Amino acid sequence: MFRTEEMDINMGPQHPSTHGVLRLVLGLEGEEIVDVRPIIGYLHRGVEKLSEHRTYSMIEPLTDRLDYVAAISENLGYCGAVEKLMGLQIPPRAQYIRVALAELQRIASHLLWLGTHALDLGAMTVFFYTFRERELILDLFEQFCGARLTYNSMRIGGLLEDVPPGWTDRVRHFLQIFPSRQKEYEDLLTVNRIWLGRTKGVGILTKEDAVALGTSGPTLRASAVDYDVRKALPYSSYEQFDFEVPLGTTGDTYDRYLVRMEEMRQSCRIIRQALDRLPEGEVRAKVPKYIKPPAGEVYHVVESPRGEQGFYIVSKGTEMPYRVRFRAPSFVNLQALPTMCRGRLIADVVAIIGSIDIVLGDVDR
Amino acid sequence: MDQAALIQNILIPTLQILAVVLILPLLIAYLQLVERKVLGFMQARLAPRRVGWHGLLQPIADAVKLLIKEDVIPEKSDRFLFTLAPIVTVIPALAALAVIPFAGASFSIAGYQVRPFITDVNVALLYLLAISSLGIYGIILGGWASNSKYSLLGALRSSAQMISYEVPLGFAIIGVLMLAGSASMVQIVEAQKQAGVWYVLPQIVGFFCYFIAAVAETNRVPFDLPEAEAELVAGFHTEYSGMKFAFFFLAEYTNMIVVSCIVTILFFGGWLRPFPNVASLAWLENGWLVLLPLTLGGFAGWLFGQRSGRGLQPMIAGGVAGLLAGALVAITDVGGLASLSLPVISGAFWFFFKVSLFLFMYIWFRGTYPRYRYDQLMALGWKWLIPLSVANVILTGLAIVVKGAFAGKG
Repeated sequence: MFRTEEMDINMGPQHPSTHGVLRLVLGLEGEEIVDVRPIIGYLHRGVEKLSEHRTYSMIEPLTDRLDYVAAISENLGYCGAVEKLMGLQIPPRAQYIRVALAELQRIASHLLWLGTHALDLGAMTVFFYTFRERELILDLFEQFCGARLTYNSMRIGGLLEDVPPGWTDRVRHFLQIFPSRQKEYEDLLTVNRIWLGRTKGVGILTKEDAVALGTSGPTLRASAVDYDVRKALPYSSYEQFDFEVPLGTTGDTYDRYLVRMEEMRQSCRIIRQALDRLPEGEVRAKVPKYIKPPAGEVYHVVESPRGEQGFYIVSKGTEMPYRVRFRAPSFVNLQALPTMCRGRLIADVVAIIGSIDIVLGDVDR
Repeated sequence: MDQAALIQNILIPTLQILAVVLILPLLIAYLQLVERKVLGFMQARLAPRRVGWHGLLQPIADAVKLLIKEDVIPEKSDRFLFTLAPIVTVIPALAALAVIPFAGASFSIAGYQVRPFITDVNVALLYLLAISSLGIYGIILGGWASNSKYSLLGALRSSAQMISYEVPLGFAIIGVLMLAGSASMVQIVEAQKQAGVWYVLPQIVGFFCYFIAAVAETNRVPFDLPEAEAELVAGFHTEYSGMKFAFFFLAEYTNMIVVSCIVTILFFGGWLRPFPNVASLAWLENGWLVLLPLTLGGFAGWLFGQRSGRGLQPMIAGGVAGLLAGALVAITDVGGLASLSLPVISGAFWFFFKVSLFLFMYIWFRGTYPRYRYDQLMALGWKWLIPLSVANVILTGLAIVVKGAFAGKG
């Protein structure tokens, strides 16, 4: 008789579509997946430990390098945590600019996700289109703070500087052209039969599984769980903005795609509101020169493009934190990968990794 | 054998074969440049433009790179099969060109008749089907001999895909075969001339089945699973480098060209001009007189538009001006340009024009579509293409019988 055995295939850490240095050991029965074992840690830089030996202001550049695709969200979360610990009141203008920046970052991050996700599934053109628009956003960031990837632009208590003159007009210009560009991507993908075939019903994450595995962000919302930190625990005056939280129905790869596409539209809406109602005034609260939060501990969450980004800080009242812990949404969402992949084909693994949108800097920290 | 017969029967065919085999790699190198340029245009980027003017020497640089690159043979591979595989892939691809007629009329050089194709056999279509199936051996040998899991999976996918799509490919051709009553490529084109219509109209279903199956057969987007870089790194040629890789590459592009040639011959009248039997359109015979000014005018306009920032309007204006000027020359025959043209030139023009349209389709697909998944690919082949192409054969047969019955009565 024939003898069959499982074949282990090693995917990564050097693999074009694991989105970084993720290594997956796939147990295969033919081309069918019976087991996925993610192996992480190739990008571990010990940021949490490093933070224990830096002053509070010196930690912010480290947070840039966690989720380097959405550094603004990390800055925002970290500064928010320290501010919460110190009980600081942030000037409304700074809060609004922060919101605008965070939403621009969300669009940029989703564009990167969309481009690489489509590239993984063989749709090459979308990648170049999304990078064209991402470039515009990076230009905006460059005009704001001089950096394009790791911004380090926020400060505990607000922002380092106000936005440069004319910046809001340039953002408005971007908001004007972006919807038509987004339509281009949708024309290429949303109703494309091959795209539907590759994503519909693939990598289904049920509502129960999504909650049990602790996923967050678009990955969770695509499974029809209405949880968005911006609505549930508003920070940086998100409660004053009018926007909707898109939800999926089945929790498959296509739903995750649709949710992120809609999120980009909602982000545009939020940015427009922020610019329209941008208050005048200072952009930085009165902060002591040496930041020494009182002894205690704090947990602060923000909605990063990838999900619930948490910052846990223990202070002993000195100028350096006693312990810092980052709750990385990519790390938690990655746990859902084996559940979604089991029983699917290799080609689906690529689609599913793309759809949970992990950043290995965030996973490994 | 006297000298004349020697030249006619041995020397000329040898030169023809040499011409095809030597020109083809150059053609492919530039086809690849065109592909990169067109893709670049579709994807809002510039494509190669460092080597030579607008990247015109890029293919040469690529070829030199592939030639001087270290030729790695993995330690645990089967050395003999590993070397054999690229050869087995490329030879059938080249051999298929033997029966492709590039133009209709023969011409004479120094008193010797030269036909614009290597040979015309009465089983050309069967020969093509047979020889194109041989390419699978190279792929599966390469994947097996590499001794790599990625290569093996890629090779298995590839062979399964190609074998599955052979079936609709064959069925799709049968309709044409029934209409033309011959398997010789030249005869099929002649039959289309007599019928006064390209077979794409009566055989529209067959055309779509054939073209889809052929894209799958050549492993191109959206059916490029064997080399799905996102999943299987590079599929069956993961371990290949240097000249051996270039051979696989050559075979892929040769297959593309062969398929485009076959589509042109079977469904689009080969070297025939559009409306081959409408006498008032005879000036179309000199299509190049129209198309050349159109292209040049359009290109000049495009360059001007790029330089002056006027967008695409100068391109359209230049193209229209070229079209009008060309049509005027072709219809009124000013300066005797149109009567200068030999039938073989106009035939070759229309043939290569149609072929390049299909090659453009390939590139267009690549710029547009995501990739099918393995099982979806199989479902498309077995559940859609095969039933459709079989139905097409039956319908064509019925039509011929009914038509024959009416003709008999009348």
